[in-house]
Amino acid sequence: MSDPVSPLGNARFDGFVSVREVGPLGMITLRAKADVKELAAAIKAAVGTTVPAQRRVVINGDRAAGWMSPDEYLLVLPYDQVAAAMAAIATAMGGAHHLAADVSDARAIFRVEGAKATQALQKLMPVDFATLEPGELRRSRAAQVAAAIWEQDGGFTVVCFRSVAAYVFGLLSHSAQPGSELA
Amino acid sequence: MLILECPYCGVKAEETELANGGEAHLKRFGPGSADNDFESYMFARKNPKGVHFERWRHSYGCGKWFLAARCTATLEVFGTYPAQTAEPPADLQAKIKAKRPDWKGY
Repeated sequence: MSDPVSPLGNARFDGFVSVREVGPLGMITLRAKADVKELAAAIKAAVGTTVPAQRRVVINGDRAAGWMSPDEYLLVLPYDQVAAAMAAIATAMGGAHHLAADVSDARAIFRVEGAKATQALQKLMPVDFATLEPGELRRSRAAQVAAAIWEQDGGFTVVCFRSVAAYVFGLLSHSAQPGSELA
Repeated sequence: MLILECPYCGVKAEETELANGGEAHLKRFGPGSADNDFESYMFARKNPKGVHFERWRHSYGCGKWFLAARCTATLEVFGTYPAQTAEPPADLQAKIKAKRPDWKGY
């Protein structure tokens, strides 16, 4: 069995905010219509949270469930517990129409931390951070690639595709250059 | 800059988060239809100065298709609604009619 590695080997940059690549982190994409009654039990079994409301992320320690679209949820959990969670989802969903996929190795995750974390992201994303609510998961783009962000533990978690991990890390670290704070 | 509210996730997304999908409410003429009908389905598109109905996809967000009514001259957005709609909702049509009395309907 090979050891899982995060795309950039937990790279880190310290500017006016710190940018660090975290991981490997377990991620499961769960697709099912919101009215499927088995859904709540499946999410509970996998990450121990309630079904997130529209555009929300529910955090439970090192696990989380996020709302990605009307029929798609993102489950975040420790990497080595994905297989167990996948089995739990399959049991809980039973015959209900759904799709659960292990996307842990398809993603890269960054943490942007510091008092001015918003400023580093503001320069890259067409998101109005003033109206971003606590516990909101926002899917958008970071410069030229898709990214999702949510606020957690006094910083932001940024999720993007693994193939663009180096690009996004470059963007974030450039955006966090000391002296480039917004007024 | 256009800002459209995605009816599926409620995000006020700006133009660069979206992908345009051309004119909305096309009636499809498939195999076996008359040549003129098929030709107009394939090629004839409205290009109005004024009220226009369009398909948009929230491509950097939830990925869903939705429909939007806007004015091509002023970029005023009248409203957005889900793609599972055969014609613009009545309240939206009434709203457009109130703002553009000479609009002839979609």
